[in-house]
Amino acid sequence: MISDLFSVTVLVGILASGIRLATPYLYAAIGETFAQKSGVLNLGVEGQMLLGSFAAFYVALNTGNLWLGVLTAMLVGALMGLAMAYVTVNLHAQQGISGIGFYLFGLGMSDLLFQKLMGTVETVKGFPKIYFPVLSDIPGIGEIFFNHNILVYGAYLLVPIAWFVLNKTTLGLKIRSVGENPDAADSLGVNVARIRYFTIILGGTLSGIAGASLSIALLNVFQQNMTSGQGFIAVALVYFGAWRPVGVLGGALLFSLINSLQLWVQVLNIPIPSEIAVMMPYVLTILVLVATVSRVRAPAALTKPFEREN
Amino acid sequence: MRKVFLSEWFSRLIDALLPVFATLAALLVGAVMLLFLKVNPIEAYRALWDGAFGTSNAFAETLVKATPLLLVGLGICISFRGDVINIGGEGQMIVGALLATWVGLTFTSLPGWLVITLAMLAGFLGGAIWGGIPGVLKAYFRVNEILSTVMMNAIAVQLMNFLLRDAMIDPAQAERASKIPQTARLLDAFQLPRLVPTRLHLGALIAVILAILVYILLWRTTLGYRIRAVGQNPHASRYAGIKVPRYIVLALLLSGAFAGLAGATQVFGVNYRMITDGSASGFTGGAGFNGIVAALFGQLHPIWSIPASILFGALLVGANSMQRVVQVPSALITALNGLVVVFVVSSEIWRQRRQRRRLSAAGQDGESSPPASVEKIQQVEKVA
Amino acid sequence: MKKFAWLLTFVVALSLVLSACGAGATPTVAPVEKFRVAVVMPSAINDLAFSQSMYDALIRVQTDMGGPDKFEIVYSENMFVVDDAAAAIRDYATKGYNLVIAHGSQYGSSLQEIAPDFLQTSFAWGTTVDTFGQPNIFAYEAASQEGGYVNGVLAATLSTSKVIGVVGPIETGDAKLYIDGFKAGVLATSPDVQVNVNYIGSFSDVALASEAATTHISAGADVLTGTAQMVVGAIGKAEEANALWFGTQSNQSSLAPKIVVASQVYHWEVMLKEMIGLIQSGTLGGQSFAANLANGGEVIEFNTGYALPADAKALADATVRGITDGSIKITLP
Repeated sequence: MISDLFSVTVLVGILASGIRLATPYLYAAIGETFAQKSGVLNLGVEGQMLLGSFAAFYVALNTGNLWLGVLTAMLVGALMGLAMAYVTVNLHAQQGISGIGFYLFGLGMSDLLFQKLMGTVETVKGFPKIYFPVLSDIPGIGEIFFNHNILVYGAYLLVPIAWFVLNKTTLGLKIRSVGENPDAADSLGVNVARIRYFTIILGGTLSGIAGASLSIALLNVFQQNMTSGQGFIAVALVYFGAWRPVGVLGGALLFSLINSLQLWVQVLNIPIPSEIAVMMPYVLTILVLVATVSRVRAPAALTKPFEREN
Repeated sequence: MRKVFLSEWFSRLIDALLPVFATLAALLVGAVMLLFLKVNPIEAYRALWDGAFGTSNAFAETLVKATPLLLVGLGICISFRGDVINIGGEGQMIVGALLATWVGLTFTSLPGWLVITLAMLAGFLGGAIWGGIPGVLKAYFRVNEILSTVMMNAIAVQLMNFLLRDAMIDPAQAERASKIPQTARLLDAFQLPRLVPTRLHLGALIAVILAILVYILLWRTTLGYRIRAVGQNPHASRYAGIKVPRYIVLALLLSGAFAGLAGATQVFGVNYRMITDGSASGFTGGAGFNGIVAALFGQLHPIWSIPASILFGALLVGANSMQRVVQVPSALITALNGLVVVFVVSSEIWRQRRQRRRLSAAGQDGESSPPASVEKIQQVEKVA
Repeated sequence: MKKFAWLLTFVVALSLVLSACGAGATPTVAPVEKFRVAVVMPSAINDLAFSQSMYDALIRVQTDMGGPDKFEIVYSENMFVVDDAAAAIRDYATKGYNLVIAHGSQYGSSLQEIAPDFLQTSFAWGTTVDTFGQPNIFAYEAASQEGGYVNGVLAATLSTSKVIGVVGPIETGDAKLYIDGFKAGVLATSPDVQVNVNYIGSFSDVALASEAATTHISAGADVLTGTAQMVVGAIGKAEEANALWFGTQSNQSSLAPKIVVASQVYHWEVMLKEMIGLIQSGTLGGQSFAANLANGGEVIEFNTGYALPADAKALADATVRGITDGSIKITLP
């Protein structure tokens, strides 16, 4: 019954699961944050994740080298980011729609490559859980925080790094200025195109890692369309987080924790229809955002292509 | 003078055909991919053409496929011109279809034409609600519409799954152990009548009529003017006394309404029941997203969206036929779909540059003015 | 830009002209006995689940009948959209295939419309029992609750913690049948065993299925089962925790050779061969088939890599016999 939810096992389980589930969202959403901070909306994250996921899996399966897999995923994501950057910066394409095009392309290509290069579902030995002497053995806390693989920890490490880059470096200042007022930034000597290329490619690279985290760290398998919409959720989370890495972290954790909560609700046979349980993370994300009405504005130049005045 | 007029007309024709050229370029890349798969691209593309236009049946299929694209696209024309990005078409189609189906299953004693009308209105209403909620969230709670529509899509799918296996399930299924999540079949009297002896149904005609109405709405009514004004410059609009939040809500509400109608026509014109396979695209066929692309093909203009939807519908139908004939994995079709979208979207820049050159020579033509993002470029750039 | 557009148009026009001038598709002269089958499926042919089971079965039939020259198979996969599938079914019928299989319960309405137009073609529709009274529609379904029951009996026997976890997609159709049968089997064997069921709401979310499995394990489950293609993630988690796994729809031993106990595998070829025989002798439809344990349409395939205790195996075999001869009745909710 509902009281079962408050047992220690369950709470530990929910927190540990939540932290794991949030990993791909974190990588992808932080990457998207950089892109959006510079004024670019990339809805193709899902496609980049899928291709990265396949690339990492295939390379890891055939070489046995997991880090090579991660590297390949980063490369694949970066290449897609490059294409997106060209289309967005040089060709001024409608960003929302070009993103959907890249999504479809990534979805189709990842599945096509899977069918032609692999053919059947296989598993791989992915990144193992890291054992921390003493820390991992602490009951409860050990299970929640010290029982994950390295890509999980990488995702969380990304948050302070992203915050630092965006807020405390010149690069971050340039990114933000390009996103707020590209004309002014341009007149001050900032190369708008180059900054946007950087953020979009960075976003693609991180999406690739997000995909790799799924196929060779968390799930150790690749399957057609395995991200199942997570890329779109990641983009949505950037808005939830008000374009701040900490906010994105909060959003990813909120969404993932409620997801693991609803899994437990079902497992504990609490009599809620399964569909209502599955809905919970989505509904609550909206409700939380409504309740915490944010004063933060979007980057003013978001989705607007930049063309230099003559 | 006449010479200038002709070249101007021809120039506009090239502009209109740019999406076609871009599509062909994408198909060229696709041909390379086909070669890699050891498939003859010429044979493949002939199958694509035949599948879309080869017989009257094929063409009917193309039009049937194009109908929801056009309806969603009309809604997108409205929302994008209000500078609101509505990617919630999938969910709005589902909710509109659910409400319309409920009407069709409940009022079984009323005459057919009345039920159909009520059902279409119900579809409109259902989609309006599902689009209106993100609208209200954006206008009054600053919740970004991309976030809310993505979430609402997922919620709609779960709602559909729940209703179709529980409250709205076909009583015949409820008795069986296997419980296929589908509703009862609509009475024959409630089916949208066929236009010609093919699968082409009345929904296509409704869509075309609505396209004209949307054109009138956007450019000949105050409501439309205000939506466009808010889309182009919300600050100036507010200063001019337009209640901006209200029109943001309206843009999303109307956009959702058209998507809901698309869902209703799918049920009443094609499937005659609602059935789910657990996903959104199982019901919508991706029309919620593809409708956005079709609207863009049509330069976000309701009238141009008609041939644009037909073209895109042809591509989708033809691609399926191609998959059957040359037995390529359907994944290739998806990738090709993506390539076409990217190429067409990328070709916009040429259309804009050509149009700017023309506009700088002639005067401004309010009717074909491009949407907000392009106009901002025009404001920035000094028109020589 | 204008030049580029012209060039592109020219190139495309040229290639279209060339293709038109080229020889049309030469019709292959097929031997008269060649049996041609087309199948329309809602998911991918390599989904390790519903669609793959039918495709694998067709391949088996093809091998038995002498290869592609005697038995032609074409497929349309990922046809989850009903009107795309309808176009495909109609297309295949127009092209003169002997048997067109609509492998998805959502295709019923389309078949009802199309079949009367092609009375020379035989159609098969699964999973269902309804032939719409049409003389050229066969119906087929799988009694997945039977294999589920057997799996459940075995699961209850092998579980030491007395907690069993189930991961399902959405609460309908074949998945629900299997899971209900499984629960019935467990409770019939050991009424005190706790069966926890989780429907994750999607057929493709591997991550969520995997976390569902982890949740089950944290709740104490040491035996798991699941259905549909996203369970590949769950199987991995089961392996990590040394929990046992029971599969359905296809043989899942290869994914986790140490912990998969058995899988209920659909052998559609049993019913396919019967159908083909009927078609070749002139009956194009009007019958419904069930794949079940009795006729070999469903087979419990044990994983040879797992050491199943002899008495458990005996119990499983006895259960199969019981269902086959009717002495065991499976009551579903």
